[in-house]
Amino acid sequence: MADGVAIGAAPLVETTGLGVRRGGHWLIHDIDLTVARGEIVTVIGPNGGGKTTLVKALLGIITPDAGRVHHASGLRAGYVPQRIEINRVLPLNVERLMTVTFKAPRADVEAALAETGVAELIDQPVQTLSGGEFQRVMLARALLRRPDLLVLDEPVQGVDYAGEAALYDLISDIRSRRDVGVLMVSHDLHVVMRATDRVICLNAHVCCTGAPQTVTRDAEYQRLFGPKAATAYAVYEHHHDHHHDVHGNVVGADGGHHHHHHPQDGAGAGEPRR
Amino acid sequence: MIEDFIWRAWLAGAGVAAVAGPLGCFVVWRRMAYFGDTMAHSALLGVALGLVLGLEPAWGIIAVALASALLLVGLGRTGRIADDTLLGILSHAALSLGLVVISLMTWLRLDLMGYLFGDVLAVGIADLYWIYGGGAVVLAGLAWIWRPMLALTIDADLAQAEGVPGLRVQLVFMLLIALTIAIAMKIVGILLITSLLIIPAAAARRLARSPEQMAVAAAVTGVLACTLGLAGSLQFDTPSGPSMVIAAVMLFALSLVPTPRYDGGP
Repeated sequence: MADGVAIGAAPLVETTGLGVRRGGHWLIHDIDLTVARGEIVTVIGPNGGGKTTLVKALLGIITPDAGRVHHASGLRAGYVPQRIEINRVLPLNVERLMTVTFKAPRADVEAALAETGVAELIDQPVQTLSGGEFQRVMLARALLRRPDLLVLDEPVQGVDYAGEAALYDLISDIRSRRDVGVLMVSHDLHVVMRATDRVICLNAHVCCTGAPQTVTRDAEYQRLFGPKAATAYAVYEHHHDHHHDVHGNVVGADGGHHHHHHPQDGAGAGEPRR
Repeated sequence: MIEDFIWRAWLAGAGVAAVAGPLGCFVVWRRMAYFGDTMAHSALLGVALGLVLGLEPAWGIIAVALASALLLVGLGRTGRIADDTLLGILSHAALSLGLVVISLMTWLRLDLMGYLFGDVLAVGIADLYWIYGGGAVVLAGLAWIWRPMLALTIDADLAQAEGVPGLRVQLVFMLLIALTIAIAMKIVGILLITSLLIIPAAAARRLARSPEQMAVAAAVTGVLACTLGLAGSLQFDTPSGPSMVIAAVMLFALSLVPTPRYDGGP
């Protein structure tokens, strides 16, 4: 894309020391993260771990209270938010939903929908779509803006299990075909792994990060998701550099960079009010 | 053989209904019925304020309605009280405060019933200027914020990520509601203004395939309700504002009647 961000340049998006504070405690803190063109980065973590907060800070929907978010110049992001509920009283078809903030000729809308396999839905009222159809429409909507970066918050929610794998494959295809960067949020551990280059495990701070097979062997990952989660990938031993005591405080850190603590060990660190 | 004051009443009602219909669509889509109600209830305080300052009551109404909207948004953001509780408190507080303040102004002789339920048959030429001038401003403003407002209604986060200035657009929207309340008070009174916003819009839903169609259908439904209500009020000697609301409700009920093998409008 002539007017997009150059290939092989600096990361599409980069955060340094990013933190968001609400009601006196940090929903997320000390987040260093980059997404480059052509890679799929998946943020996983428990509910209330700050995944959606991170996405919103990254997109400029909320202003960070610490650190910085740096976008490559001219970056165009395509965003699929978590759970949109459109009032049944609002008469809205798919084409209108897709063009409400971005004017595009019908042929372009149709082409974007074809890319996600739902071209026939263009005139459907949005309230009649199934969960899987709606997510594909929202993905097409993001593609319509010819993005450099796709930000997908729980892209498979409301999709049945078979549809989930197909949707992840589609996202992976889009990444290759369009050479975009993808930042994805998921609470799902298994299916998402096969379409991911890098996993970031988030529980207010970045607990662990790396290739999927690395992260699933991480002690911190297993502590968050239970030992069974390790079977998502196997073979890799990684020495974790800190432990958490019962209050979630980090003890025995030898790396020196884990000066943070877990606010309430996940459960209490609520999502920001919408 | 129709007398002048009836023409004026119809022109006033139709003008307000044509503005309230499209604006009311957003009130319905955004589930803001009680928000609008609270703003309307504060209008009485605005009237008192306008009279104290020697201004046209409309300015007082706009100022106070806007202030109550900002108070609602501000208090709602703290999240300490549930939104519906907050609306209930502010709505009745504003109404009571308005009634008390007006009762304290013993030197004034106000037609309280007129303010509460409207007095469309007492509309004068000056009122028509207010209604059509103000109405044109509201419609122009609504056209201006239509697309960003629609985006915010679909999803506020998504709209903001896509560059819609959420706060500014919503402030303009509240200003438009305040202005509509100021011009509609004479017609249906502050207690029934919300009905003029939401009932025609709700009735128009089944006829519409797009947001714009719904806005136009709501305006037409509103004008029709005003016409029927006014005719009924003259025929049966009933109060005109409430008669218009009854007519709107009847049109809404009609819109719910299922149509065989044909679900939807044109």
